[in-house]
Amino acid sequence: MSGRPRMVKVRQNVLKHNDLLARMLRGRFEEAGVLVISLVSTPGAGKTALLERTLTRMRADGLRVAALVGDLATENDARRLARSEAPVKQIVTGTICHLDAEMVQHALDDWSLADLDILFIENVGNLVCPSSYDLGERLRLVLMSVTEGEDKPLKYPTIFNTADVCVITKMDLADAVEFDLYAARENVQAIRPGMRTIELSVKSGEGMESYFDFLCDLCVSPRPSALKASVNAETAEIRRGAAE
Amino acid sequence: MHELSIALSMIEMANEEVVRRGGGRVTALHLKLGPLSGVVREALEFSYEIACQDTALEGSRLIIEDVPVMVHCARCRQDTVVESIQSLRCVRCGELSSEVVQGRDLEVVALEIEEVEELVT
Repeated sequence: MSGRPRMVKVRQNVLKHNDLLARMLRGRFEEAGVLVISLVSTPGAGKTALLERTLTRMRADGLRVAALVGDLATENDARRLARSEAPVKQIVTGTICHLDAEMVQHALDDWSLADLDILFIENVGNLVCPSSYDLGERLRLVLMSVTEGEDKPLKYPTIFNTADVCVITKMDLADAVEFDLYAARENVQAIRPGMRTIELSVKSGEGMESYFDFLCDLCVSPRPSALKASVNAETAEIRRGAAE
Repeated sequence: MHELSIALSMIEMANEEVVRRGGGRVTALHLKLGPLSGVVREALEFSYEIACQDTALEGSRLIIEDVPVMVHCARCRQDTVVESIQSLRCVRCGELSSEVVQGRDLEVVALEIEEVEELVT
């Protein structure tokens, strides 16, 4: 025998568990004084190449850097990143298409955060699922390579909307694939107004210095609020360029 | 596709509520879903049905309320629903806005629970 169904109010965020854990991690990172930056992109946009160069350079500059790297299978990326001689740990997610706060927490179990200046977290190559999961990072970089086309932000608005900075990679190929930088920047602005874009090529070195300067400024600035400062000037410059 | 793990979390939440209320069967789950949550409605509906099997939610309906994306416009001092998530502009003045006030929602708002009474013979 059954009674009538009763309506029961719940009002609970489905990702509450992850969000609470991420908030706790963010608190731990701040307390330890470690800047945490995550990277998201499609597979093959150049996360690992950029990260390898970043770790090598920052170590040479005397910064204590480390990386966590997520992948469905293989430890290839961790091996590539380990060439920088920075501490690196692979998170093999199995069939799971994204990292979550719990995986990050477990991976950090035997690391001392106080010994780090910057921790990078390379997410699984995927522009859909990672957007739902806060990892406790202070800054999320979304990468798009010039070979993917200018409309990537329009196709994946959610992930671009959760990111703080857009890095356009493989700029050395821009002419070969007729990449329209103006259109790409406009698309980024439509999805995430005010978001800074950084264009670079790990291979040719183009744009790498301003990218490193940007990261170094973050290390000393308490909050990423400075991010938007240069955007207005940059956008005005693009508009002028288009009008000519 | 992470909708299956999202569905499992929803069911876990509902189960906790059922246990807290001393048992019963869930006949419907009401969810608020925003386009910026990163969850695809169709994939969630598909996953939900599978994930409900052999639980107190088996056969229950998933009732989704679509929540539109709303931005706050600093110029108009108003919250407006955007025309497209590909363009986060105030519909009044056309200004781009980075302040999303609604649309990331992924929230279980209510459950319909049928209390199962013991059979008296």
